Amino acid sequence: MATDITFEQVNYWYQAGTPFAVHALKDINLKIKPGSFTAVIGQTGSGKSTLIQHFNALLKPTSGTVTIGDRVITNATKNKHLKPLRKKVGMVFQFPENQLFEETVIKDIAFGPQNFGVSEADAQALAKRMAGEVGLDESLLSRSPFDLSGGQMRRVAIAGVLALEPEVLVLDEPTAGLDPRGRSEIMQLVTRLREEQGLTIVLITHQMDDVANYADHVIVMGHGKLLKQGSPRAIFSDPAWLEDHELGLPSATKLAYELQQGGFHFDQMPLKIAELADQIVPQLPKGAITHE
Amino acid sequence: MAIIRVENLNYQYSNSDTKAIDDVSFEIQAGDWVAIVGHNGSGKSTLAKLLIGLMAADSGKITIDGQVLTPDTVWQIREKVGMVFQNPDNQFVGATVADDVAFGMENRSVDRPTMATKVEQALKQVGMYDYKDREPANLSGGQKQRVALAGIIAIAPKILILDEATSMLDPRGRQEILAVIQQLKADLNLTVLSITHDIDEASNADRIVVIDDGHFVEEATPSELFTHGRQLVDMGLDVPLPEKLKDALQARHVTVPRSYLDERGLVDWLRTSRLNK
Repeated sequence: MATDITFEQVNYWYQAGTPFAVHALKDINLKIKPGSFTAVIGQTGSGKSTLIQHFNALLKPTSGTVTIGDRVITNATKNKHLKPLRKKVGMVFQFPENQLFEETVIKDIAFGPQNFGVSEADAQALAKRMAGEVGLDESLLSRSPFDLSGGQMRRVAIAGVLALEPEVLVLDEPTAGLDPRGRSEIMQLVTRLREEQGLTIVLITHQMDDVANYADHVIVMGHGKLLKQGSPRAIFSDPAWLEDHELGLPSATKLAYELQQGGFHFDQMPLKIAELADQIVPQLPKGAITHE
Repeated sequence: MAIIRVENLNYQYSNSDTKAIDDVSFEIQAGDWVAIVGHNGSGKSTLAKLLIGLMAADSGKITIDGQVLTPDTVWQIREKVGMVFQNPDNQFVGATVADDVAFGMENRSVDRPTMATKVEQALKQVGMYDYKDREPANLSGGQKQRVALAGIIAIAPKILILDEATSMLDPRGRQEILAVIQQLKADLNLTVLSITHDIDEASNADRIVVIDDGHFVEEATPSELFTHGRQLVDMGLDVPLPEKLKDALQARHVTVPRSYLDERGLVDWLRTSRLNK
């Protein structure tokens, strides 16, 4: 069954009822559709991480309701029986490699499913499959996860979440701290999981180029509020608004605005380098183009 | 004067077949900003840990501000070096943001009124003063990194080592922190060693050193290095945007200049080309 996630009038307070209470989420309404790729953007401290912790009831709303598939979560929801949700919505936190702990890579990946009652043999088979899925070589499976590079450790952590066979995969800055090659490998992996297995993807990111290249829906958070949502094209069509909210543009779009001031004309603002190049070429004189 | 001098440094992890740092020698002059780049696993972070004596080298000599690093001098040397890591969670100790910033000074027996002033100044410099009474654990990744940097600013070290320290910041936050560091460098003649994958951070450096498989393979100014185009990815950096667009235009049969153009240069070149009808 496809799982969608709906927020209705969600508020969340940290340290509620104490002098240190912080209103971290304010009247959030949103819907994550099955099979979609949603990017959550916003400045540091805007409430992005608080928001996604409601996606599998790690946090419960102080007021309002979060509906995950057929489960309705409110402030009154008991912590019992939340386990199926944690399996349905897989969560990859920042620096997930910090959560690795087992002696071998395969044991670490198999830990999740075993915790959910899968037999050791089945969990190991599943772990092997997921390791392949994230591009970890089989020779690494018997190694200690702590002997691996940062990029490889992150793949082990993602494989551990995938081994729960979730329907929704939520990733909080999964590429932070990786080198550019590692970053593009992780993003390609996420795209493939969505295309091949129909996973719903929710990605928190600061990389506007990733939003432009991969997402079909964008949620903009600011000071605990949902400021705007829409397609990447709609979100990035208003640079003045983004500037007001201290958010950037994809690099191709930013360059296009500069070229526009230099006399170039764009029917539709490009979001990707290829789109930008496509629109520049017809505006260059014939002499600039070589025909082989 | 060289504030950091490294001679024939070697280090091998006990569980590895190859050296993580292989006969590395270099010097960094006081007041310089040097970026060390390289892909994940190239040996960059190992080098940083050796420099402040978090791990002991197998052989070779490290001299910091005229003092040779030994088990006897390591504590004196660390007084001169501030280090900010990629993941600030690993370096928080205080119950509040202000306590955390004060911690380094407590260790250095700074008196209380001075401490209070310095905490305030440091937090204002990184734009986190409004958060001084908050718990570090409840901050976002980028905010934590600012607090970690404030802790370093408060102790005013001679050398600042940034180990992927801006990787958790959004582009604007990164620019702000880099500007703060530039300012500190100018005010205090701070020597900055930044280990990074970020092309913006690397472009702030006076020199960039490329490390691969534990060796120093190249040393250049940012604009020299950025002409390498796609090879930059092997060095753990991204290809600069103007180079990416040049590639895309070339693929569409446009004749493009060979030399490195920054964004301004590229926009100017395209503008001129458009008018040459």
